[in-house]
Amino acid sequence: MKVELSSEKVNSDFVKKVEELSGQNILSCYQCGKCSAGCPSSYAMDLLPSQVIRMVQLGLQDEIVNSKTVWLCASCLTCSVRCPRGVDIAAIFEALRLVVTRDKDKLNYVEPSQITAEQLEELPQIALISNFRKFTG
Amino acid sequence: MKLFYYPGCTVKTKAKNLEASALAAMKELDVELVEVASWNCCGTVFGMSTDDLLHQLAPLRNLLRVKEQGGDKVVTMCSMCYNTLKRANHLIRADEEKKKLLVDFMSEETERYEGEVEVLHLLEVLRDVVGFEQLKEKVKVPLQGLKLDPYYGCMLTRPQEIGLDNLENPTILEDFLVALGAEVIKDPMKTECCGSYHTVNEVDVVVERGYGILNSALKKGADAMVLSCPLCDYNMDHRQREIVKKYVDFGGIPIFYFTQLLAIALGLETSVNHFDLNYVDPLPLLKERNFVA
Repeated sequence: MKVELSSEKVNSDFVKKVEELSGQNILSCYQCGKCSAGCPSSYAMDLLPSQVIRMVQLGLQDEIVNSKTVWLCASCLTCSVRCPRGVDIAAIFEALRLVVTRDKDKLNYVEPSQITAEQLEELPQIALISNFRKFTG
Repeated sequence: MKLFYYPGCTVKTKAKNLEASALAAMKELDVELVEVASWNCCGTVFGMSTDDLLHQLAPLRNLLRVKEQGGDKVVTMCSMCYNTLKRANHLIRADEEKKKLLVDFMSEETERYEGEVEVLHLLEVLRDVVGFEQLKEKVKVPLQGLKLDPYYGCMLTRPQEIGLDNLENPTILEDFLVALGAEVIKDPMKTECCGSYHTVNEVDVVVERGYGILNSALKKGADAMVLSCPLCDYNMDHRQREIVKKYVDFGGIPIFYFTQLLAIALGLETSVNHFDLNYVDPLPLLKERNFVA
């Protein structure tokens, strides 16, 4: 994948916002890859968790927003409890989802009005509420 | 003894089999679980962003209700409620600045809440209040020869501040099941995520997870799996319907709430377990092994 780097991107508001929302220092990550190795969803992701973190360091907002990775994270926290640098990767992913779901020009990732009557009947409430908490603005 | 308990939404409906078996079994162990009056939704997931204090109010208001009603402890049996309540409580205890804001947000309440209530999972009550050794003595129907696969999922043990057990290799469920007389399977998949809320919009991801986790249990000879989270339960039990469609070789396996096995081991009426709410019927297995009539 070809990416374009620039000091503007590295020092962008996007990086600051992700650091602020997650409460994490993004430069703490030294790319060991332990988060990607242990992530139970990584098989389905187009970018590995450690690659997403590297892209945040580089301010590559478009590449991250166009990837499915943060939407396949189940917030299971395996990455966060294993990170040797103490980086809360799951909190960074939450911040990345919020950058999208709080954008008034973007659609919800999951649209609650599209949930069928059959799903409402079948699914436990905790599944629906947690899903909407993660995927809607 | 009496302890306040917080049920949460799913325990009152889809997971009635968890609540009813828990209440009956704990009563048998002389622990009366008293439902907190006027409880509200816990929020189901802990808001992880630093500016999202509004989502901390729902869990904290529940803890305030416990304090108002004279309690200093509250028990939950749902892993998601447990996680959300415990982390919100940790936040208000650990962060002075946020505590001030959260207390201000709740200024219309008659009492202040600053983290005074202790959040316990029912497994902790069984381990630390009842005691597994004492529990062993109260077992009337030892689950001898039953091979069980303990499944923790995520929210019962992670992150560090939950502090229920070891993060990578928790053993509280194993110790509990051994006290009931069962045989426990060592399964490396026991803390793997079930796919959680993806069961709404990414069913295939949940099917893949479920197949991997359940097959690991089956290959190790498990008769059944044991868990505590109603969302894990839905994904492990009810999603077997989809797993079978994708993987024709998949044999199926009954899934128990830990409280259902507790009720059986204590010799309680089978009806307290509401097995009609379990997708894979566990009764044939229990009858075959003579644990129930």
